[in-house]
Amino acid sequence: MGMSYGMENFIAILPLLVKMAVVVFVLLLLPLPLTWIERKIAAHIQQRPGPMRVGWHGLLQPLADAIKLLTKEDHIPTDADRLLFRMAPVVALVPPFVVFVAIPFGEPVRLFGVDITLSMSNMNVGLLFILAVSGIGVFGVILAGWASNSKYAVLGSLRSIAQMISYEIPMGFSVIGVVMLANSMNLSDIVAAQSGVWNIVYQPIGFFVFFVAGLAEAQRIPFDLPEAEGDLGAGYHTEYSGIRFSLFALSEYLVVVILAILNVLLFFGGWQHSPFFLTPSLWFLLKIGFFIWVFMWFRFTFPRYRYDQLMTIGWKVLLPLSLLNILVSGIFMF
Amino acid sequence: MEREFFLLFSTVATGSGFLVVLAKNPIHSALALVTCFVQIAALFILLGSPFLAVIQIFVYVGAIMVLFLFVIMMLDVRKEARSRFLTKGAPLGFLVILVLAAEMFFLLTRNAVFSTNIVDGVPTTPSIKELGLTLFSEYLLPFEVASVILLVALIGAVVLAKTEEDDTATKDELAGGVVK
Repeated sequence: MGMSYGMENFIAILPLLVKMAVVVFVLLLLPLPLTWIERKIAAHIQQRPGPMRVGWHGLLQPLADAIKLLTKEDHIPTDADRLLFRMAPVVALVPPFVVFVAIPFGEPVRLFGVDITLSMSNMNVGLLFILAVSGIGVFGVILAGWASNSKYAVLGSLRSIAQMISYEIPMGFSVIGVVMLANSMNLSDIVAAQSGVWNIVYQPIGFFVFFVAGLAEAQRIPFDLPEAEGDLGAGYHTEYSGIRFSLFALSEYLVVVILAILNVLLFFGGWQHSPFFLTPSLWFLLKIGFFIWVFMWFRFTFPRYRYDQLMTIGWKVLLPLSLLNILVSGIFMF
Repeated sequence: MEREFFLLFSTVATGSGFLVVLAKNPIHSALALVTCFVQIAALFILLGSPFLAVIQIFVYVGAIMVLFLFVIMMLDVRKEARSRFLTKGAPLGFLVILVLAAEMFFLLTRNAVFSTNIVDGVPTTPSIKELGLTLFSEYLLPFEVASVILLVALIGAVVLAKTEEDDTATKDELAGGVVK
């Protein structure tokens, strides 16, 4: 009796386990192609060929880099808080993975006579969940900076805290318009609400604020002050090397992927309106790829802002803009 | 399954709660508190209220604890770790905790308002819409009062910070005047 009960339970959660395994596998391997693409984009913007030696057009370069990082000396500074120093990269890596619990990748699919949703949890507060969980990512940066016991690292993490807190507010406000249009915080509902027109048409200001605040939350150029190599060494991960450093790099790539996904889901119709030669989910992935490319293109096009400019943009430009967006959306909907 | 998860979350929550008090290093205490908050969010999910769980993470973990850490990082933690909090007041602190514990015991056992039984008619998985409507109709006054209190606290903090800044500014001006 207990045996069969356990078996039934297992079959019920089997699709979930498979989905988890697929997501974790894909996310762990994703940085390999992404680093190659990023380096190639950088190279072509700067009119040079980029990695060319390992494999065809340097395609195997990320593998070589991975081997190099894995075999490097794992160095911990003498005065570091050893426990927190080891924990920090893991703490930075967990939230990006957890976010994928709430992300849907398309309409439910029928497979072997069972309806399978293309998300792990279709929760009614999906959007809020993603914003909240991705906000925890800053703890990895804080811990890394503090535990390293180095001036550059502490300064980097102090900057990062102030930046994350400042930009979380406009980011959260900018999606309220989208929530108002969809009448829901469920991401599938938000996509379904865009079956007529994509949200970018109704919410151009919301998109602008979300996109810019997203760049700042991901700490990418032009807002990468926490790791500004010009004035801080490498910021919070100055003291990290080898495998621990690559965990930070991995989590930064995943944050970029999450931002691309959110931009597509919230403002560019998700998997709606796929052209006839693509399945909706592939169309969705293609759009995500486009946004990842945009983020990388920005990185090699814009100079870094000064710190006071960063704060001015956050509090005096983006925050009023996002409030205005809520007001205007409210008036139009009323 | 639910029972096992409850045991896991509540054990870790209690353990990290102890760690908040026992840890010598303030940063370690703060991180233990973060762990505790995350476990409580997980308990909210088990209770069928993902909204509360998300808000718990958003407000307590994402905002308040980050600010805590921001302040702690500015302190000389090594010195703070060596000095004892409340050198003489330990018996007094014990007394306060005793009163609080008695109060909690009384409220939980004797008072109907704080009864742990779930009232009939309350949906087990309340939607955000219902929550919002109740908050803005039935509980409008407490809600607005709470926001006014928060606003007052905010203005107070700005005023405190502002006067200090003015003082330094005048000093700088004076210094500048001397140099000129």
